[in-house]
Amino acid sequence: MAQSSWFRNYKVAACVLVALAAAPLVPVLNSSYMLHVLILMLMWSVIGMSWNLLSGYCGQVSFGHAAFFGLGAYTAGILYLHGGVSGWWGLPASVIVVGLGSLVIGYICLRLRGPYFALGTLAMGEVLRVTAENMEWLTEGTMGIMIEKRTWVAKEPFYYIVLALAVGTFVIMELLVRSKWGYYFVAIREDQDAAESLGIDTTRYKTIALVISGVLTGLVGAFYTNYMGFIDPEVVFALHDISIITIMVVMVGGVATRWGPFAGALIMIVLSELIRAMPKIGTAHQTLFGVLLIVIIIYLPNGVMGDFRKVFRLVRRGAAPARAGGE
Amino acid sequence: MALLEVVGATKVFGGLTAVDDVTFSVEPGTIGALIGPNGAGKTTLFNLINGFLPLTSGEVRFKGERIDGLRPHKVCARGLARTFQVVKPLQRMSVLDNVIASSFLRFPDRADAVRHAREILAFTNLSAVAGEISKGLPLGFRKRLEIARALATQPDLLLLDEACAGLNPTELDESIEIIRRIKDKGITILIIEHHMKVIMSISDHIVVLNYGAKIAEGTPTEVAGNPAVVEAYLGKGE
Repeated sequence: MAQSSWFRNYKVAACVLVALAAAPLVPVLNSSYMLHVLILMLMWSVIGMSWNLLSGYCGQVSFGHAAFFGLGAYTAGILYLHGGVSGWWGLPASVIVVGLGSLVIGYICLRLRGPYFALGTLAMGEVLRVTAENMEWLTEGTMGIMIEKRTWVAKEPFYYIVLALAVGTFVIMELLVRSKWGYYFVAIREDQDAAESLGIDTTRYKTIALVISGVLTGLVGAFYTNYMGFIDPEVVFALHDISIITIMVVMVGGVATRWGPFAGALIMIVLSELIRAMPKIGTAHQTLFGVLLIVIIIYLPNGVMGDFRKVFRLVRRGAAPARAGGE
Repeated sequence: MALLEVVGATKVFGGLTAVDDVTFSVEPGTIGALIGPNGAGKTTLFNLINGFLPLTSGEVRFKGERIDGLRPHKVCARGLARTFQVVKPLQRMSVLDNVIASSFLRFPDRADAVRHAREILAFTNLSAVAGEISKGLPLGFRKRLEIARALATQPDLLLLDEACAGLNPTELDESIEIIRRIKDKGITILIIEHHMKVIMSISDHIVVLNYGAKIAEGTPTEVAGNPAVVEAYLGKGE
């Protein structure tokens, strides 16, 4: 059984990979705008997967993934600004910087449980934002860091870099979830006391989940600096635009599911772009966006992938009148 | 030498002394029982033994070494596993996966962990439900799963916290049978139980707690005839 499901999963993953790799060759998608949307989608997939590891599998709900994203982004930005090297060195450098940063954040926050941990991480994101705003000698403060000349004008190279990041993250997640660590993460999520008494060093494994999660999100942050060419604390340490959206992506897609972060990123990005493009809505787009999310959460509490059967049934029923409530 | 020695264990919560200067020991290869009315401090004592709660004073020695002050996972790694009164299975995982998670402690390699987990499931009569999600299982199965998860860590001493509570007569007999088999494997057991049938039929040595203090100990017959025990359970006669 395990063999055949491996094969099936592998097939789906391979198809998705081929489709994504070929996407820039499709005429409809090969515009600067569509590629930008795809890049955003993949970025959010990686952030979503990394959040999913810490919060979905290991059960430590983070409200502060902007901390990791921003640390990564500023690693690249500061290297470029003060180090005089290409911002791309920020990717390997961010692994070290965010890895150490995650250890510190973990040391402070992981002694807290449940909502207290969530609030602790939320505070860490805010602390780093304010720090970045005030350490002007290092970060240029609220002026932000501008990369004068971006590496490529075309979007394709950026697209393939972030695709590689997404594939790498996906593979890491697959290996982790099936390993001893994966079992330990879930055991901690389901019941930390039981896990501890069954010989699992919960502090250690929570720290491992947090560091992996943080480093992967930090890599996206470092990529973001190079891709957008401009960062400031309000953007990369944003509570609503990064930390909260991260949670939304995974909740909409399906917490602790393999494809949830991808599905969530796709839905969130497409929805947000569609609503933004609607005439006469203007700044109300965020309100509409919020309402849609509430609807999704009420009717698909396990996310699109978690409630896949339900979605499938709804779609198949098609024109048949949908009944309120459900099971 | 006793496998487990509890010496003067005391736990004070605010103004309440939940466990009051309790001293007892568990000999290797035996089944010890901890009984007492509700609120007597039995589960608190378990929490002190496996490191969930720090002792206010006293000592816990396991295999001759002090284990008080160690975190629960370290205590477990030394060979002391426990189950919980309120069963705590990994709800969204299959029965087999639940046990694999515990097997990893002694078998870092996944294939070995899976093999060991299957042996444990067979031992606890759970093979038939190996693939089921543990959330929907009847209580009898979940109680046994709790035992299986603890056994998978290959303990020398197993603390069972009401592993038989809420079971129907058939399930009860099955659990008693499993507990006997665990003893036959050479694993020492300390059990908290309300079910007198279980206590009287399997235990070698009984410790009775009331209001946190030890009021009696001895063999099942000695304890059953002890006036202090009868009084703790039934109240003072006229």
